[in-house]
Amino acid sequence: MFQIDCPWCGPRDQQEFAYAGEAAIKRPENPASLSDAEWADYLFMRTNPRGRHHEQWRHVHGCGQFFDVVRDTVTYRIESVDVPGRPALGDAS
Amino acid sequence: MKNRYSIFSLARNALSHHENWDRAWRSPEPKSEYDVIIIGAGGHGLATAYYLAKEHGITNVAVVEKGWLGGGNTARNTTIVRSNYLYDESAHLFEKSLKLWEGLSRELNYNVMFSQRGVYNLAHTLQEERDAKRRINANRLNGIDSEWVDARQIKAEVPYIDTSSNARYPILGGSLQRRAGTARHDGVAWGYARAADAAGVDIIENCEVTNILRDGGTVTGVETTRGTIRARKVGIVVAGNSGVLAEMAGFRLPVESHPLQALVSEPVKPILDTVIMSNAVHGYVSQSDKGELVIGAGIDAFNGYGQRGSFNIIEETIAAIKEMFPIFSRMRMLRHWGGIVDTTPDATPIIGKTPVDNLFINCGWGTGGFKATPGSGWVFAHTLATGEPHWINAPFSLDRYTTGYLVDEHGAAGVAH
Ligand SMILES: Cc1cc2nc3c(=O)[nH]c(=O)nc-3n(C[C@H](O)[C@H](O)[C@H](O)COP(=O)(O)OP(=O)(O)OC[C@H]3O[C@@H](n4cnc5c(N)ncnc54)[C@H](O)[C@@H]3O)c2cc1C
Ligand SMILES: [Zn+2]
Repeated sequence: MFQIDCPWCGPRDQQEFAYAGEAAIKRPENPASLSDAEWADYLFMRTNPRGRHHEQWRHVHGCGQFFDVVRDTVTYRIESVDVPGRPALGDAS
Repeated sequence: MKNRYSIFSLARNALSHHENWDRAWRSPEPKSEYDVIIIGAGGHGLATAYYLAKEHGITNVAVVEKGWLGGGNTARNTTIVRSNYLYDESAHLFEKSLKLWEGLSRELNYNVMFSQRGVYNLAHTLQEERDAKRRINANRLNGIDSEWVDARQIKAEVPYIDTSSNARYPILGGSLQRRAGTARHDGVAWGYARAADAAGVDIIENCEVTNILRDGGTVTGVETTRGTIRARKVGIVVAGNSGVLAEMAGFRLPVESHPLQALVSEPVKPILDTVIMSNAVHGYVSQSDKGELVIGAGIDAFNGYGQRGSFNIIEETIAAIKEMFPIFSRMRMLRHWGGIVDTTPDATPIIGKTPVDNLFINCGWGTGGFKATPGSGWVFAHTLATGEPHWINAPFSLDRYTTGYLVDEHGAAGVAH
Protein backbone atom coordinates (compact mmCIF):
# COMPACT_ATOMS: atom_id res chain seq x y z
CA MET A 1 0.00 0.00 0.00
CA PHE A 2 1.22 3.49 -0.79
CA GLN A 3 -0.04 7.04 -0.73
CA ILE A 4 -0.74 9.31 -3.66
CA ASP A 5 -0.47 13.06 -3.40
CA CYS A 6 -3.64 14.25 -5.16
CA PRO A 7 -2.95 17.62 -6.83
CA TRP A 8 -6.25 18.87 -5.40
CA CYS A 9 -6.69 17.08 -2.06
CA GLY A 10 -3.17 16.24 -0.89
CA PRO A 11 -1.77 12.86 0.20
CA ARG A 12 -4.33 10.05 0.57
CA ASP A 13 -4.20 6.25 0.67
CA GLN A 14 -3.95 4.59 -2.72
CA GLN A 15 -7.24 2.83 -1.93
CA GLU A 16 -9.09 6.12 -2.50
CA PHE A 17 -7.91 6.20 -6.11
CA ALA A 18 -8.72 4.22 -9.22
CA TYR A 19 -5.92 3.31 -11.57
CA ALA A 20 -6.62 4.57 -15.08
CA GLY A 21 -3.86 2.98 -17.14
CA GLU A 22 -0.84 4.19 -19.05
CA ALA A 23 -0.73 7.95 -19.57
CA ALA A 24 -0.12 9.98 -22.70
CA ILE A 25 -1.85 7.57 -25.09
CA LYS A 26 -3.42 9.91 -27.60
CA ARG A 27 -6.40 8.89 -29.70
CA PRO A 28 -5.20 9.14 -33.31
CA GLU A 29 -6.53 12.23 -35.05
CA ASN A 30 -7.62 10.34 -38.11
CA PRO A 31 -8.30 6.67 -37.31
CA ALA A 32 -9.48 5.88 -40.85
CA SER A 33 -6.01 6.60 -42.21
CA LEU A 34 -4.28 4.09 -39.90
CA SER A 35 -3.25 0.57 -40.85
CA ASP A 36 -4.72 -2.28 -38.78
CA ALA A 37 -1.36 -2.67 -37.05
CA GLU A 38 -1.23 1.01 -36.08
CA TRP A 39 -4.78 0.88 -34.78
CA ALA A 40 -3.98 -2.29 -32.78
CA ASP A 41 -0.95 -0.53 -31.34
CA TYR A 42 -3.09 2.37 -30.16
CA LEU A 43 -5.85 0.13 -28.77
CA PHE A 44 -3.94 -2.70 -27.16
CA MET A 45 -0.15 -2.37 -26.99
CA ARG A 46 1.29 -1.02 -23.75
CA THR A 47 4.82 -0.20 -22.58
CA ASN A 48 4.39 -2.06 -19.24
CA PRO A 49 7.90 -1.18 -18.04
CA ARG A 50 9.65 -2.75 -15.09
CA GLY A 51 10.65 0.54 -13.49
CA ARG A 52 9.61 4.09 -14.32
CA HIS A 53 5.98 4.22 -15.51
CA HIS A 54 3.98 7.19 -16.70
CA GLU A 55 0.37 6.50 -15.68
CA GLN A 56 -3.03 8.00 -14.87
CA TRP A 57 -5.00 7.86 -11.65
CA ARG A 58 -8.40 9.18 -10.65
CA HIS A 59 -9.34 10.26 -7.16
CA VAL A 60 -12.67 8.40 -7.21
CA HIS A 61 -13.32 8.62 -3.47
CA GLY A 62 -12.30 12.27 -3.32
CA CYS A 63 -12.40 15.07 -5.83
CA GLY A 64 -13.05 12.78 -8.82
CA GLN A 65 -10.26 14.35 -10.88
CA PHE A 66 -7.90 12.57 -13.27
CA PHE A 67 -4.19 13.30 -13.10
CA ASP A 68 -0.82 11.86 -14.14
CA VAL A 69 1.73 10.10 -11.98
CA VAL A 70 5.26 8.89 -12.63
CA ARG A 71 5.77 5.82 -10.45
CA ASP A 72 8.34 3.06 -10.20
CA THR A 73 6.55 -0.27 -10.79
CA VAL A 74 9.04 -2.22 -8.66
CA THR A 75 9.47 -0.01 -5.59
CA TYR A 76 6.07 1.73 -6.09
CA ARG A 77 7.82 5.01 -5.19
CA ILE A 78 6.09 7.99 -6.79
CA GLU A 79 8.41 10.38 -8.55
CA SER A 80 5.94 13.07 -9.56
CA VAL A 81 2.26 13.92 -9.77
CA ASP A 82 0.89 16.33 -12.28
CA VAL A 83 -2.21 17.47 -14.09
CA PRO A 84 -2.53 16.40 -17.74
CA GLY A 85 -2.15 19.16 -20.23
CA ARG A 86 0.64 20.77 -18.28
CA PRO A 87 3.79 19.72 -20.16
CA ALA A 88 6.09 19.57 -17.12
CA LEU A 89 6.18 15.77 -16.80
CA GLY A 90 9.65 14.32 -17.31
CA ASP A 91 10.09 12.67 -20.67
CA ALA A 92 6.36 12.54 -21.49
CA SER A 93 5.40 14.13 -24.77
CA MET B 1 14.52 -42.66 -16.53
CA LYS B 2 17.73 -43.42 -14.72
CA ASN B 3 16.33 -43.54 -11.21
CA ARG B 4 12.71 -44.57 -11.34
CA TYR B 5 10.70 -43.75 -8.27
CA SER B 6 8.77 -46.74 -6.98
CA ILE B 7 7.84 -48.59 -3.84
CA PHE B 8 11.13 -50.48 -4.22
CA SER B 9 13.31 -47.40 -4.50
CA LEU B 10 11.46 -46.00 -1.50
CA ALA B 11 12.16 -49.12 0.53
CA ARG B 12 15.78 -49.26 -0.61
CA ASN B 13 16.37 -45.64 0.37
CA ALA B 14 14.62 -46.10 3.68
CA LEU B 15 17.44 -48.48 4.61
CA SER B 16 19.91 -45.59 4.32
CA HIS B 17 17.61 -43.15 6.11
CA HIS B 18 16.80 -41.37 2.83
CA GLU B 19 20.24 -39.80 2.77
CA ASN B 20 21.37 -41.27 -0.55
CA TRP B 21 18.69 -40.22 -3.00
CA ASP B 22 20.18 -39.00 -6.27
CA ARG B 23 19.62 -35.41 -7.27
CA ALA B 24 16.46 -35.13 -9.36
CA TRP B 25 18.19 -33.06 -12.05
CA ARG B 26 21.71 -31.96 -12.98
CA SER B 27 23.06 -28.45 -12.67
CA PRO B 28 25.03 -28.10 -15.92
CA GLU B 29 27.20 -25.26 -17.21
CA PRO B 30 25.61 -23.61 -20.25
CA LYS B 31 26.96 -24.80 -23.61
CA SER B 32 27.79 -22.18 -26.20
CA GLU B 33 24.98 -23.23 -28.50
CA TYR B 34 21.65 -25.08 -28.48
CA ASP B 35 18.94 -25.95 -30.97
CA VAL B 36 16.35 -24.34 -28.74
CA ILE B 37 16.59 -22.02 -25.74
CA ILE B 38 13.58 -21.60 -23.51
CA ILE B 39 13.66 -18.50 -21.32
CA GLY B 40 11.96 -19.10 -17.98
CA ALA B 41 11.90 -22.33 -15.96
CA GLY B 42 8.35 -22.04 -14.67
CA GLY B 43 5.95 -24.89 -15.20
CA HIS B 44 5.21 -23.76 -18.76
CA GLY B 45 8.85 -23.48 -19.80
CA LEU B 46 9.77 -26.82 -18.26
CA ALA B 47 6.75 -28.54 -19.79
CA THR B 48 7.74 -27.10 -23.16
CA ALA B 49 11.22 -28.59 -22.82
CA TYR B 50 9.81 -31.95 -21.79
CA TYR B 51 7.41 -32.17 -24.77
CA LEU B 52 10.13 -30.96 -27.18
CA ALA B 53 12.12 -34.00 -26.15
CA LYS B 54 9.25 -36.44 -25.85
CA GLU B 55 7.03 -35.50 -28.80
CA HIS B 56 9.58 -34.07 -31.23
CA GLY B 57 12.87 -35.72 -30.34
CA ILE B 58 14.56 -32.35 -29.82
CA THR B 59 16.87 -32.66 -26.82
CA ASN B 60 19.64 -30.15 -27.51
CA VAL B 61 17.65 -27.69 -25.43
CA ALA B 62 18.43 -25.28 -22.60
CA VAL B 63 15.92 -23.80 -20.16
CA VAL B 64 17.48 -20.67 -18.68
CA GLU B 65 16.08 -19.28 -15.44
CA LYS B 66 17.04 -16.09 -13.64
CA GLY B 67 16.21 -17.49 -10.20
CA TRP B 68 15.46 -21.07 -9.23
CA LEU B 69 13.18 -23.30 -11.26
CA GLY B 70 9.52 -23.09 -10.39
CA GLY B 71 10.03 -20.01 -8.21
CA GLY B 72 7.74 -17.70 -10.20
CA ASN B 73 3.96 -17.87 -10.46
CA THR B 74 4.20 -21.63 -10.64
CA ALA B 75 5.08 -21.68 -6.95
CA ARG B 76 2.72 -18.88 -6.00
CA ASN B 77 -0.66 -19.90 -7.32
CA THR B 78 -3.72 -21.49 -5.76
CA THR B 79 -3.45 -24.53 -8.08
CA ILE B 80 -7.00 -24.63 -9.40
CA VAL B 81 -7.23 -26.81 -12.50
CA ARG B 82 -10.38 -26.85 -14.65
CA SER B 83 -11.35 -26.71 -18.32
CA ASN B 84 -14.92 -25.37 -18.31
CA TYR B 85 -14.21 -22.29 -20.39
CA LEU B 86 -16.89 -20.71 -22.57
CA TYR B 87 -15.42 -20.34 -26.04
CA ASP B 88 -14.41 -23.22 -28.29
CA GLU B 89 -10.84 -21.97 -28.65
CA SER B 90 -10.22 -21.89 -24.90
CA ALA B 91 -12.19 -25.06 -24.27
CA HIS B 92 -9.94 -27.00 -26.67
CA LEU B 93 -6.78 -25.63 -25.08
CA PHE B 94 -7.77 -26.16 -21.45
CA GLU B 95 -9.36 -29.54 -22.10
CA LYS B 96 -6.19 -30.73 -23.86
CA SER B 97 -4.41 -29.69 -20.71
CA LEU B 98 -6.86 -31.40 -18.37
CA LYS B 99 -6.50 -34.64 -20.31
CA LEU B 100 -2.71 -34.43 -19.90
CA TRP B 101 -3.13 -33.74 -16.15
CA GLU B 102 -5.13 -36.94 -15.84
CA GLY B 103 -2.13 -39.08 -16.78
CA LEU B 104 0.66 -36.81 -15.63
CA SER B 105 1.90 -38.41 -12.40
CA ARG B 106 2.28 -41.74 -14.15
CA GLU B 107 3.82 -40.25 -17.28
CA LEU B 108 6.42 -38.26 -15.34
CA ASN B 109 6.95 -40.95 -12.70
CA TYR B 110 6.45 -38.12 -10.25
CA ASN B 111 3.49 -37.51 -7.97
CA VAL B 112 2.03 -34.14 -8.98
CA MET B 113 -0.82 -34.81 -6.54
CA PHE B 114 -3.47 -34.05 -9.11
CA SER B 115 -6.71 -34.31 -7.18
CA GLN B 116 -9.99 -34.26 -9.11
CA ARG B 117 -12.01 -32.96 -6.21
CA GLY B 118 -14.30 -30.83 -8.36
CA VAL B 119 -14.60 -27.06 -8.76
CA TYR B 120 -17.77 -25.05 -8.10
CA ASN B 121 -18.20 -21.64 -9.74
CA LEU B 122 -20.97 -19.99 -7.76
CA ALA B 123 -23.73 -17.77 -9.15
CA HIS B 124 -25.14 -15.10 -6.86
CA THR B 125 -27.34 -13.20 -9.32
CA LEU B 126 -29.79 -14.16 -12.02
CA GLN B 127 -27.41 -12.90 -14.68
CA GLU B 128 -24.60 -15.02 -13.28
CA GLU B 129 -26.96 -18.00 -13.29
CA ARG B 130 -27.84 -17.43 -16.96
CA ASP B 131 -24.15 -16.99 -17.87
CA ALA B 132 -23.19 -20.14 -15.99
CA LYS B 133 -25.89 -22.17 -17.70
CA ARG B 134 -24.82 -20.89 -21.09
CA ARG B 135 -21.25 -21.88 -20.27
CA ILE B 136 -22.33 -25.31 -19.07
CA ASN B 137 -24.16 -25.91 -22.36
CA ALA B 138 -21.16 -24.69 -24.34
CA ASN B 139 -18.88 -26.99 -22.32
CA ARG B 140 -21.08 -29.99 -23.01
CA LEU B 141 -21.13 -29.28 -26.72
CA ASN B 142 -17.35 -29.45 -26.51
CA GLY B 143 -17.46 -32.76 -24.66
CA ILE B 144 -16.40 -31.21 -21.34
CA ASP B 145 -18.14 -32.41 -18.18
CA SER B 146 -20.06 -29.56 -16.63
CA GLU B 147 -23.28 -29.46 -14.64
CA TRP B 148 -25.61 -27.00 -12.91
CA VAL B 149 -26.12 -27.52 -9.20
CA ASP B 150 -28.74 -25.58 -7.28
CA ALA B 151 -28.24 -24.12 -3.82
CA ARG B 152 -29.78 -27.15 -2.09
CA GLN B 153 -27.41 -29.54 -3.75
CA ILE B 154 -24.42 -27.30 -3.04
CA LYS B 155 -25.41 -27.25 0.62
CA ALA B 156 -25.66 -31.04 0.61
CA GLU B 157 -22.21 -31.45 -0.95
CA VAL B 158 -20.47 -28.59 0.89
CA PRO B 159 -22.14 -28.53 4.31
CA TYR B 160 -20.44 -25.47 5.80
CA ILE B 161 -21.25 -23.05 3.01
CA ASP B 162 -23.89 -20.43 3.71
CA THR B 163 -26.65 -20.93 1.15
CA SER B 164 -29.34 -19.23 3.21
CA SER B 165 -31.48 -16.66 1.46
CA ASN B 166 -30.63 -13.99 4.01
CA ALA B 167 -26.96 -14.00 3.05
CA ARG B 168 -25.93 -10.61 1.72
CA TYR B 169 -25.20 -12.15 -1.69
CA PRO B 170 -27.35 -15.28 -1.69
CA ILE B 171 -25.99 -18.30 -3.55
CA LEU B 172 -28.46 -19.31 -6.26
CA GLY B 173 -26.45 -22.27 -7.51
CA GLY B 174 -23.36 -22.80 -9.54
CA SER B 175 -21.56 -24.72 -12.22
CA LEU B 176 -19.65 -27.81 -11.20
CA GLN B 177 -16.91 -29.59 -13.07
CA ARG B 178 -16.23 -32.84 -11.29
CA ARG B 179 -13.06 -33.64 -13.26
CA ALA B 180 -11.55 -30.33 -12.15
CA GLY B 181 -9.51 -29.94 -8.97
CA THR B 182 -6.08 -29.03 -7.70
CA ALA B 183 -2.48 -30.21 -8.02
CA ARG B 184 0.78 -29.73 -6.18
CA HIS B 185 2.33 -26.61 -7.76
CA ASP B 186 5.99 -27.41 -6.98
CA GLY B 187 5.48 -31.05 -7.87
CA VAL B 188 4.52 -30.07 -11.40
CA ALA B 189 7.65 -27.97 -11.91
CA TRP B 190 9.89 -30.61 -10.31
CA GLY B 191 8.31 -33.48 -12.21
CA TYR B 192 8.73 -31.78 -15.58
CA ALA B 193 12.26 -30.64 -14.67
CA ARG B 194 13.31 -34.14 -13.72
CA ALA B 195 11.81 -35.72 -16.83
CA ALA B 196 13.23 -33.05 -19.17
CA ASP B 197 16.65 -33.36 -17.55
CA ALA B 198 16.56 -37.13 -17.94
CA ALA B 199 15.88 -36.63 -21.65
CA GLY B 200 19.02 -34.49 -21.97
CA VAL B 201 17.67 -30.97 -21.52
CA ASP B 202 20.00 -28.55 -19.69
CA ILE B 203 18.19 -26.58 -16.98
CA ILE B 204 20.35 -23.59 -16.14
CA GLU B 205 19.33 -21.75 -13.00
CA ASN B 206 20.64 -18.40 -11.74
CA CYS B 207 21.03 -17.32 -15.34
CA GLU B 208 19.13 -14.17 -16.26
CA VAL B 209 18.59 -13.27 -19.89
CA THR B 210 19.66 -9.66 -20.34
CA ASN B 211 19.37 -9.30 -24.10
CA ILE B 212 17.96 -11.11 -27.09
CA LEU B 213 20.45 -11.33 -29.93
CA ARG B 214 19.24 -10.86 -33.49
CA ASP B 215 20.75 -10.76 -36.93
CA GLY B 216 18.51 -8.78 -39.23
CA GLY B 217 15.05 -9.95 -38.30
CA THR B 218 16.11 -13.35 -36.98
CA VAL B 219 16.96 -14.39 -33.44
CA THR B 220 20.45 -15.85 -32.95
CA GLY B 221 20.70 -16.36 -29.20
CA VAL B 222 20.59 -14.67 -25.85
CA GLU B 223 22.91 -12.63 -23.68
CA THR B 224 22.80 -13.86 -20.10
CA THR B 225 24.46 -13.19 -16.75
CA ARG B 226 26.41 -16.39 -17.46
CA GLY B 227 27.55 -15.41 -20.92
CA THR B 228 26.28 -15.52 -24.48
CA ILE B 229 24.34 -18.60 -25.57
CA ARG B 230 23.51 -19.07 -29.24
CA ALA B 231 20.42 -20.86 -30.49
CA ARG B 232 18.52 -21.57 -33.66
CA LYS B 233 15.21 -20.95 -31.95
CA VAL B 234 14.22 -19.15 -28.76
CA GLY B 235 10.97 -19.33 -26.76
CA ILE B 236 10.03 -16.68 -24.19
CA VAL B 237 7.99 -18.11 -21.28
CA VAL B 238 8.44 -15.57 -18.50
CA ALA B 239 4.87 -14.70 -17.36
CA GLY B 240 4.96 -11.31 -15.58
CA ASN B 241 8.26 -10.34 -17.18
CA SER B 242 7.06 -10.82 -20.76
CA GLY B 243 7.03 -7.09 -21.49
CA VAL B 244 10.63 -6.81 -20.36
CA LEU B 245 11.76 -9.60 -22.70
CA ALA B 246 9.66 -8.29 -25.61
CA GLU B 247 11.33 -4.92 -25.24
CA MET B 248 14.74 -6.58 -25.45
CA ALA B 249 13.63 -8.12 -28.74
CA GLY B 250 12.19 -4.87 -30.04
CA PHE B 251 8.45 -5.56 -30.19
CA ARG B 252 5.41 -4.54 -28.17
CA LEU B 253 2.85 -6.66 -26.34
CA PRO B 254 -0.74 -6.03 -25.24
CA VAL B 255 0.26 -7.26 -21.79
CA GLU B 256 0.23 -5.54 -18.42
CA SER B 257 1.85 -6.92 -15.28
CA HIS B 258 -0.07 -6.88 -12.02
CA PRO B 259 0.53 -8.26 -8.54
CA LEU B 260 -1.84 -11.09 -7.62
CA GLN B 261 -1.79 -12.50 -4.12
CA ALA B 262 -2.84 -15.56 -2.20
CA LEU B 263 -2.80 -16.57 1.42
CA VAL B 264 -3.05 -19.68 3.54
CA SER B 265 -4.50 -20.26 6.99
CA GLU B 266 -3.23 -22.34 9.86
CA PRO B 267 -3.79 -26.05 9.16
CA VAL B 268 -7.02 -27.55 10.44
CA LYS B 269 -8.77 -30.92 10.20
CA PRO B 270 -10.42 -31.71 6.85
CA ILE B 271 -13.39 -29.41 6.33
CA LEU B 272 -13.54 -28.61 2.62
CA ASP B 273 -13.03 -31.42 0.10
CA THR B 274 -13.59 -29.42 -3.07
CA VAL B 275 -12.84 -26.01 -4.60
CA ILE B 276 -15.24 -23.09 -4.27
CA MET B 277 -14.92 -20.04 -6.52
CA SER B 278 -17.08 -16.95 -6.55
CA ASN B 279 -16.71 -14.05 -8.93
CA ALA B 280 -19.45 -11.94 -7.37
CA VAL B 281 -17.96 -11.69 -3.90
CA HIS B 282 -14.54 -12.46 -5.37
CA GLY B 283 -12.80 -15.15 -3.47
CA TYR B 284 -11.82 -18.74 -4.03
CA VAL B 285 -10.85 -21.34 -1.52
CA SER B 286 -9.77 -24.96 -1.20
CA GLN B 287 -8.03 -26.95 1.51
CA SER B 288 -4.53 -28.31 1.01
CA ASP B 289 -3.52 -31.81 2.02
CA LYS B 290 -1.68 -30.25 4.96
CA GLY B 291 -4.99 -28.78 6.13
CA GLU B 292 -4.42 -25.13 5.28
CA LEU B 293 -7.16 -23.14 3.63
CA VAL B 294 -5.70 -21.89 0.35
CA ILE B 295 -7.29 -18.58 -0.52
CA GLY B 296 -6.91 -16.65 -3.75
CA ALA B 297 -7.29 -12.89 -3.76
CA GLY B 298 -7.73 -10.32 -6.51
CA ILE B 299 -5.13 -8.41 -8.48
CA ASP B 300 -3.91 -4.93 -7.69
CA ALA B 301 -5.43 -2.82 -10.46
CA PHE B 302 -2.22 -0.86 -11.05
CA ASN B 303 0.80 -2.13 -12.97
CA GLY B 304 3.33 -3.64 -10.61
CA TYR B 305 6.37 -5.88 -10.58
CA GLY B 306 6.73 -6.01 -6.79
CA GLN B 307 5.96 -9.58 -5.76
CA ARG B 308 3.59 -8.48 -3.02
CA GLY B 309 0.02 -7.24 -3.01
CA SER B 310 -1.87 -4.47 -1.25
CA PHE B 311 -3.38 -5.07 2.15
CA ASN B 312 -6.82 -3.79 1.21
CA ILE B 313 -7.10 -6.60 -1.36
CA ILE B 314 -6.57 -9.16 1.40
CA GLU B 315 -9.24 -7.49 3.46
CA GLU B 316 -11.75 -7.69 0.61
CA THR B 317 -10.88 -11.31 -0.04
CA ILE B 318 -11.24 -12.37 3.56
CA ALA B 319 -14.61 -10.60 3.66
CA ALA B 320 -15.68 -12.64 0.63
CA ILE B 321 -14.55 -15.92 2.18
CA LYS B 322 -16.35 -15.10 5.42
CA GLU B 323 -19.46 -14.25 3.48
CA MET B 324 -19.49 -17.74 1.97
CA PHE B 325 -18.12 -19.62 4.99
CA PRO B 326 -19.05 -17.86 8.24
CA ILE B 327 -17.47 -20.79 10.10
CA PHE B 328 -14.01 -19.65 8.91
CA SER B 329 -14.33 -16.28 10.62
CA ARG B 330 -11.86 -17.08 13.36
CA MET B 331 -9.26 -18.89 11.26
CA ARG B 332 -5.80 -17.37 11.57
CA MET B 333 -3.89 -16.64 8.38
CA LEU B 334 -0.31 -17.82 8.34
CA ARG B 335 1.29 -16.54 5.17
CA HIS B 336 0.51 -14.35 2.20
CA TRP B 337 2.51 -13.63 -0.92
CA GLY B 338 2.22 -12.23 -4.40
CA GLY B 339 3.11 -13.19 -7.93
CA ILE B 340 3.27 -11.04 -11.05
CA VAL B 341 0.60 -11.97 -13.54
CA ASP B 342 0.63 -10.99 -17.21
CA THR B 343 -2.87 -9.91 -18.19
CA THR B 344 -4.13 -9.35 -21.74
CA PRO B 345 -7.10 -7.28 -22.94
CA ASP B 346 -9.16 -10.42 -23.71
CA ALA B 347 -7.99 -12.42 -20.66
CA THR B 348 -6.58 -15.04 -23.03
CA PRO B 349 -2.97 -16.14 -23.55
CA ILE B 350 -0.65 -15.43 -26.46
CA ILE B 351 1.12 -18.55 -27.76
CA GLY B 352 2.96 -18.34 -31.04
CA LYS B 353 5.19 -16.32 -33.32
CA THR B 354 6.64 -12.87 -32.69
CA PRO B 355 7.71 -10.23 -35.24
CA VAL B 356 11.25 -11.67 -34.90
CA ASP B 357 11.89 -14.85 -36.93
CA ASN B 358 12.55 -18.01 -34.88
CA LEU B 359 11.58 -16.17 -31.71
CA PHE B 360 8.36 -17.43 -30.16
CA ILE B 361 6.39 -16.33 -27.11
CA ASN B 362 4.07 -18.00 -24.64
CA CYS B 363 2.54 -15.46 -22.23
CA GLY B 364 -0.58 -13.62 -21.17
CA TRP B 365 -1.84 -16.42 -18.90
CA GLY B 366 -2.65 -13.81 -16.32
CA THR B 367 -4.42 -15.13 -13.27
CA GLY B 368 -5.19 -18.57 -14.66
CA GLY B 369 -2.33 -20.38 -16.34
CA PHE B 370 -1.41 -23.03 -13.81
CA LYS B 371 -4.20 -25.30 -15.01
CA ALA B 372 -2.82 -24.98 -18.52
CA THR B 373 0.75 -25.97 -17.70
CA PRO B 374 0.78 -29.34 -19.52
CA GLY B 375 -1.29 -28.22 -22.52
CA SER B 376 0.61 -24.96 -22.88
CA GLY B 377 3.92 -26.82 -22.93
CA TRP B 378 2.54 -29.34 -25.38
CA VAL B 379 1.31 -26.81 -27.97
CA PHE B 380 4.32 -24.54 -27.50
CA ALA B 381 6.71 -27.45 -28.08
CA HIS B 382 4.86 -28.14 -31.33
CA THR B 383 5.16 -24.48 -32.30
CA LEU B 384 8.91 -24.38 -31.56
CA ALA B 385 9.61 -27.70 -33.27
CA THR B 386 7.67 -27.05 -36.47
CA GLY B 387 7.86 -23.27 -36.62
CA GLU B 388 4.07 -23.17 -36.90
CA PRO B 389 1.32 -23.25 -34.25
CA HIS B 390 -0.67 -26.40 -33.59
CA TRP B 391 -4.36 -25.94 -34.55
CA ILE B 392 -5.13 -25.73 -30.82
CA ASN B 393 -2.96 -22.65 -30.26
CA ALA B 394 -3.41 -21.08 -33.72
CA PRO B 395 -6.24 -18.81 -32.44
CA PHE B 396 -3.94 -17.51 -29.68
CA SER B 397 -1.57 -15.62 -31.96
CA LEU B 398 -0.23 -12.17 -31.19
CA ASP B 399 -1.72 -11.27 -34.54
CA ARG B 400 -5.26 -11.49 -33.20
CA TYR B 401 -5.02 -7.98 -31.78
CA THR B 402 -4.53 -6.73 -35.33
CA THR B 403 -7.12 -8.96 -37.03
CA GLY B 404 -9.65 -8.41 -34.23
CA TYR B 405 -10.11 -12.14 -33.65
CA LEU B 406 -10.09 -11.81 -29.85
CA VAL B 407 -10.99 -14.74 -27.60
CA ASP B 408 -12.79 -12.73 -24.96
CA GLU B 409 -12.94 -14.95 -21.91
CA HIS B 410 -13.64 -12.15 -19.44
CA GLY B 411 -17.27 -13.18 -19.11
CA ALA B 412 -16.44 -16.80 -18.55
CA ALA B 413 -13.46 -16.44 -16.32
CA GLY B 414 -13.92 -13.08 -14.63
CA VAL B 415 -10.88 -12.30 -12.60
CA ALA B 416 -10.89 -15.48 -10.60
CA HIS B 417 -9.39 -18.36 -12.50
C1 LIG C 1 -1.56 -15.70 -6.37
C2 LIG C 1 -1.78 -16.43 -7.66
C3 LIG C 1 -2.81 -17.36 -7.76
C4 LIG C 1 -3.03 -18.06 -8.95
N1 LIG C 1 -3.99 -19.01 -8.97
C5 LIG C 1 -4.14 -19.80 -10.08
C6 LIG C 1 -5.05 -20.89 -10.07
O1 LIG C 1 -5.70 -21.19 -9.05
N2 LIG C 1 -5.18 -21.63 -11.20
C7 LIG C 1 -4.48 -21.34 -12.33
O2 LIG C 1 -4.68 -22.01 -13.33
N3 LIG C 1 -3.58 -20.33 -12.36
C8 LIG C 1 -3.38 -19.55 -11.26
N4 LIG C 1 -2.47 -18.52 -11.27
C9 LIG C 1 -1.72 -18.21 -12.51
C10 LIG C 1 -0.56 -19.16 -12.70
O3 LIG C 1 0.25 -19.19 -11.55
C11 LIG C 1 0.32 -18.72 -13.89
O4 LIG C 1 -0.46 -18.40 -15.02
C12 LIG C 1 1.29 -19.82 -14.29
O5 LIG C 1 1.86 -20.44 -13.17
C13 LIG C 1 2.37 -19.24 -15.17
O6 LIG C 1 3.39 -20.21 -15.33
P1 LIG C 1 4.71 -19.83 -16.09
O7 LIG C 1 5.54 -21.04 -16.11
O8 LIG C 1 4.34 -19.21 -17.39
O9 LIG C 1 5.32 -18.64 -15.23
P2 LIG C 1 6.33 -18.60 -13.97
O10 LIG C 1 6.15 -19.76 -13.08
O11 LIG C 1 6.21 -17.24 -13.38
O12 LIG C 1 7.72 -18.79 -14.68
C14 LIG C 1 8.38 -17.75 -15.39
C15 LIG C 1 9.84 -17.84 -15.06
O13 LIG C 1 10.56 -16.95 -15.89
C16 LIG C 1 11.66 -16.48 -15.15
N5 LIG C 1 12.22 -15.26 -15.77
C17 LIG C 1 11.67 -14.02 -15.82
N6 LIG C 1 12.50 -13.17 -16.44
C18 LIG C 1 13.59 -13.87 -16.81
C19 LIG C 1 14.81 -13.55 -17.49
N7 LIG C 1 15.07 -12.29 -17.92
N8 LIG C 1 15.72 -14.53 -17.70
C20 LIG C 1 15.50 -15.80 -17.26
N9 LIG C 1 14.36 -16.17 -16.61
C21 LIG C 1 13.42 -15.21 -16.39
C22 LIG C 1 11.07 -16.24 -13.77
O14 LIG C 1 12.07 -16.19 -12.77
C23 LIG C 1 10.13 -17.42 -13.61
O15 LIG C 1 10.70 -18.52 -12.92
C24 LIG C 1 -2.21 -17.79 -10.10
C25 LIG C 1 -1.19 -16.86 -10.00
C26 LIG C 1 -0.94 -16.19 -8.80
C27 LIG C 1 0.19 -15.21 -8.72
ZN1 LIG D 1 -8.45 14.58 -5.00
